[in-house]
Amino acid sequence: MTMYDVEAGDKVRVGKAVTVDRYTTGARINHWITAICLILLALSGLALFTPSLYFLTGLFGGGQFTRFIHPWIGVVLFFSFAGLFLRFWKANLWRSEDGTWMARLRDVMAANEDRLPEVGKYNAGQKVVFWSMSILIITLIVSGVVMWDQYFYEYSSIPQKRIAVLIHAVAAVAIICVWIVHVYAAIWVRGTIDAMTKGQVTGGWAWRHHRKWLKELVVGRKTANGSAKG
Amino acid sequence: MFPPIANPSTKPVEPKFGDKDLIRRSASSITPAAQRQTEVAKLIDVSKCIGCKACQVACLEWNNLTEEVGINVGVYDNPHDLTPNTWTLMRYTEYANPESGNLEWLIRKDGCMHCEDPGCLKACPAPGAIVQYSNGIVDFIHDNCIGCGYCVRGCPFNIPRISKVDHKAYKCTLCVDRVAVGQGPACQKACPTQAIVFGTKDEMKKWAEKRITDLKSRGFKNAGLYDPPGVSGTHVMYVLQHNDKPEIYANLPNNPSISPIVELWKGATKYAGLAAMGAFAAIGFLHHVIAGPNRVSAEDERNAEKLAKGGQS
Repeated sequence: MTMYDVEAGDKVRVGKAVTVDRYTTGARINHWITAICLILLALSGLALFTPSLYFLTGLFGGGQFTRFIHPWIGVVLFFSFAGLFLRFWKANLWRSEDGTWMARLRDVMAANEDRLPEVGKYNAGQKVVFWSMSILIITLIVSGVVMWDQYFYEYSSIPQKRIAVLIHAVAAVAIICVWIVHVYAAIWVRGTIDAMTKGQVTGGWAWRHHRKWLKELVVGRKTANGSAKG
Repeated sequence: MFPPIANPSTKPVEPKFGDKDLIRRSASSITPAAQRQTEVAKLIDVSKCIGCKACQVACLEWNNLTEEVGINVGVYDNPHDLTPNTWTLMRYTEYANPESGNLEWLIRKDGCMHCEDPGCLKACPAPGAIVQYSNGIVDFIHDNCIGCGYCVRGCPFNIPRISKVDHKAYKCTLCVDRVAVGQGPACQKACPTQAIVFGTKDEMKKWAEKRITDLKSRGFKNAGLYDPPGVSGTHVMYVLQHNDKPEIYANLPNNPSISPIVELWKGATKYAGLAAMGAFAAIGFLHHVIAGPNRVSAEDERNAEKLAKGGQS
């Protein structure tokens, strides 16, 4: 049986209440390293993006150190996100129900869950965030390396460097917007943050937001129990 | 001969301009000095240059710089490019003039042009790291420089260089410290042929006219003054024998201006970017206020239990 939506470690636990394991400890550590890097990059990057936010360099010990540390945090983020990508890409592949979900974005925003198709581990919105992050991070690391004069000055011409800074700035704005969507969705949909802190969500949360995933896990559990008995 | 600038007295002199005379300051909004000082300019007459490099030496001497011993690759240019220590550089070009059939040795003294509309200053993200005085001099204030290299991208002439030692940007200061006490730049002082002269911008333009008339009388019909309007003019100008094709002088840009990509990056992108981020945050906030949180209901939990326990049986 193909369970495209189920990732390693996903599991339904039936106790007094139903809980569902959503993220392993490894995935959570991986996520939070990426998250901290992204926030530090946004703060140090915004400091150099506009003079009105230059004061943010104070958080990093001044302009020179901000300029020095920003690309290194970017390198850490790139590899950390690569880990997340390898973990999550399969469950983020686009499915037929995702188009329907997207077409009913109005119902999504109004929380009319009953009008939405049942979705797997990730809904279309989460998939858009995932793929946007992936594409933008690649754009940012490539343009960032071209801008990294300390080590890579010789490898590009000045006109290329100009294009790189423009692309880097635009991609950075875009990723901050995507990040706002990501964080807001996690706050708005109550019970979501538990997935990344405790690793578990309630059965009700899974039923309400990712029913197809929950059903798959239940079927998987039944099969496992069945084979254990046999 | 252009009247030479008198030697200074030995008595200390108050600087003629300072922080009160700024008309632009990088990454800052300042009120420009109410009254502009007379604009100064350095005029480099390429037709008079003999390529002795006295100006290069004087620049190193006055600014207390030391250049590395380089490698000879068979050209006169030494070092091969501007560096954090070499703020001015003689660039030698052998030009076979197709009209006269003459081989012309074009020697251009490269360095900061002190643009009236400085691209470096526009690109700089560090408040006060680049300033422009009301007399037109563009200077780097190293205490404020963070070494990001944005000035390198902003400059239409490829002038600033970032030091690998202290990670700060360096370029010609137009000897701001000498000019402040009524002297000319060190390179001008050292030039043995008056290929470099220094004075007010108007004086330099007038002097250039005389030189251009002379050059034209000697058959250089396209002789002219290089004071590019694309950067609103410069405070370092050239007299060129062939002003119609400045690029033959070691790629001196023909009609330079600040790159539109830099303008877009520092202009629309900044405002549109801040607006976009603000809009996303505001929409999120408003949505939460209006729609309220999306909570899991007790019914959802019961349904999940039913499903899971059903699955168990």
